[in-house]
Amino acid sequence: MPGRIQSIERAAAILRLLSGRSRRLGVAELAGELRLPKGTVYGILRTLQAVGFVEQDRDSGKYQLGPALLHMGSSYLDGNELRTRALNWADGLATRSGESVRIGTLHENQVLIVHHVFRPDDTHQALEVGSLLPVHATALGKALLAHHDYLVAELAPGSLPSYTPATVTDVYRFRSELEAIAQRGWAVEVGELFHGSASIAAPIEDRRRVTVGAMSIAGPIERLCDGRQPRAEFVDYVMEASRAVSRELGAIPW
Amino acid sequence: MGPGRLNWRYVASIDQGTASSRCFVFDDRARIVSVAQHEHRQHFPRPGWVEHDPEEIWRNVELVVRVALDKADLSPTDLCALGIANQRETTVLWDRRTGAPVHNAINWQDTRTDRLCREITREHGQEMFREKTGLPVSTYFSGPKIRWLLDHIPGLQERAEAGEVLFGTIDSWLIWNLTGGPGGGRHVTDVTNASRTLLMNLQALDWDPALLDAIGVPAAMLPEIRSSSEPYGEAGPPIAGVPVASALGDQHAALVGQTCFNPGDAKCTFGTGSFFVLNTGERPVTSSNGLLSTLAYKLGSAEPVYALEGSIAVTGALVQWFRDNLGLIGSAPEIETLALTVEDNGGCYFVPAFSGLFAPHWRSDARGVIAGLTGYINKGHLARAVLEATAWQTREVMEAMNTDYGRSLSALRVDGGMTPNNLLMQFLADVLDVPVMRPIVAETVSLGAAYTAGLAVGFWQGTDGLRKNWHRAAEWLPSMDTGARERGYRKWKKAVARTVDWVDDDE
Repeated sequence: MPGRIQSIERAAAILRLLSGRSRRLGVAELAGELRLPKGTVYGILRTLQAVGFVEQDRDSGKYQLGPALLHMGSSYLDGNELRTRALNWADGLATRSGESVRIGTLHENQVLIVHHVFRPDDTHQALEVGSLLPVHATALGKALLAHHDYLVAELAPGSLPSYTPATVTDVYRFRSELEAIAQRGWAVEVGELFHGSASIAAPIEDRRRVTVGAMSIAGPIERLCDGRQPRAEFVDYVMEASRAVSRELGAIPW
Repeated sequence: MGPGRLNWRYVASIDQGTASSRCFVFDDRARIVSVAQHEHRQHFPRPGWVEHDPEEIWRNVELVVRVALDKADLSPTDLCALGIANQRETTVLWDRRTGAPVHNAINWQDTRTDRLCREITREHGQEMFREKTGLPVSTYFSGPKIRWLLDHIPGLQERAEAGEVLFGTIDSWLIWNLTGGPGGGRHVTDVTNASRTLLMNLQALDWDPALLDAIGVPAAMLPEIRSSSEPYGEAGPPIAGVPVASALGDQHAALVGQTCFNPGDAKCTFGTGSFFVLNTGERPVTSSNGLLSTLAYKLGSAEPVYALEGSIAVTGALVQWFRDNLGLIGSAPEIETLALTVEDNGGCYFVPAFSGLFAPHWRSDARGVIAGLTGYINKGHLARAVLEATAWQTREVMEAMNTDYGRSLSALRVDGGMTPNNLLMQFLADVLDVPVMRPIVAETVSLGAAYTAGLAVGFWQGTDGLRKNWHRAAEWLPSMDTGARERGYRKWKKAVARTVDWVDDDE
């Protein structure tokens, strides 16, 4: 077996530094950290830049991780790409359920709405793409968090604000709810963000089975639920649509 | 109601497009039950030449029909009818006896007839064509493509005159093959496809001898012109017994799929190129602003409905060019992400006149320009300029429509591959200053072909019922202030002015 290749080890060390806290470093800083000559570091950076793994900031001249590398990262999926790939399935879900559909991704511990399909009844509705919702008071947020253990671990007691009397504000109760969601594969929220409305969501996974987003339907409690329980056919619709998008993204069919 | 109708649960349609063939099955509420798709090869034998293999297209159509039925576990008896929507103007010539094409299909994008079109214009002027067909003489349309084939394939002229060689746009080619091919296939086309040949009289809805004479096309090779919605014949395998009951050019089908049945209704399909179509009612409107006057559709024996059309050659294609030729993004949707890294275009405008300017300018001597470049411009600004180019080009076409039609549009229905781009749709509403609406069934081309086929056999009773299937999936409202809009438009027009007179006569 041949020995390890020194230049690849050095390139890996540079990438590791650039993925750290500072994210943007100059040649001299990198050379100092790694105790290597600046010329050596510069040569490696030039190569990494050529393959798209790093890019140079024009103003500061410093280096940062490049888009090609971000694409290879575990859970990176462009939200605009997700919307494009999910469009037909989201339309189909709105048609079948008769309710509005949203697709969300995690963004700094909130849910970023990347796609919104109106409820198909031609009433006046405003597009919510780009808006942010709380993770713990939406089905989308719960579906997203249930599959990101490391984020759940960061939740501090008292960090969950209340929106209605039904909002889950207790961290321990929230964590056990997320465990149940991870088990059964779908999430529900009943009157926890707004009085009288409910939402049902399921995760969207990519080909590595990493959760890259979630898709939900939302509407009045009396339409979506029997009592406090979501209606089975709505849960099925949401699960089927999110699985279809997952398949579209290359997840293994199941 | 006949006994067969009890089984009728679905209607199927084929969308034979520039890049692929697809088959959709819809239920009576216009919900998609099944879909299958297969791409075909595009051939580029020389710069400016684009060809398809008609036999490959026919094989793919048979395949996708079979796969769409299999996927939903359906048999032909479940279908009330099959409809066809097709890429327009693409020209096929084939042998009546053997069914073999005499040449690859010449695609609508193909510009090999450039010199021929100039000769035709020199000899006959544009006026006769404008008046009779609603179209200018252009490489785009089928007539000159037929003439080119007759001129370049030895012996073809004689065979065409003897009726041994048939012409068809893709709809004709598919209907002929579906209904039996050499063994009795129907040689027909619909008014919308015929309206794109430069050979049909827009008022008479028939081939015009003066036009045939001017371009030099023998009448014996032309299909019979029928309505867009009537049973043309029964299909053989793979859907034996199903009536083939509609044909429409894809953009006309999209107008129907968007249920733009009232005069003043308009839709724009944003794909590789973009196609803005306005329903103008039962009389053709002559354009004095560079738009095409064309058929919207003709439903059976009802009066024909006319339309104004503005086609924009390069919209989504510019995003693809940005991805493939500059490599600044990995996939088309990422352009939105890149564009959102900056707040505006930084003063940069991109006019993608890659093969000249289409509506409303029609300048084949124009070529693309990136204007307003400074040292400040980065790739985010370029991404903005790329997206904005689509919106500004649409604004130019809408202004021409408003002038020709004599009324201002109050809303625009949109569909096509660029509609998921939220930034673009908002910018479009901003620069058009009207609400922009996306329907919940995005597959308007396929749906339009299904609607017309279903209407022809009584699966649906009338257009009013179809309107109830149209629902708004998203709406973007104008939010730009008038000053900013007009300043932006002024700059865009200046950039457009810099594209013309680039190609010289000796090129």
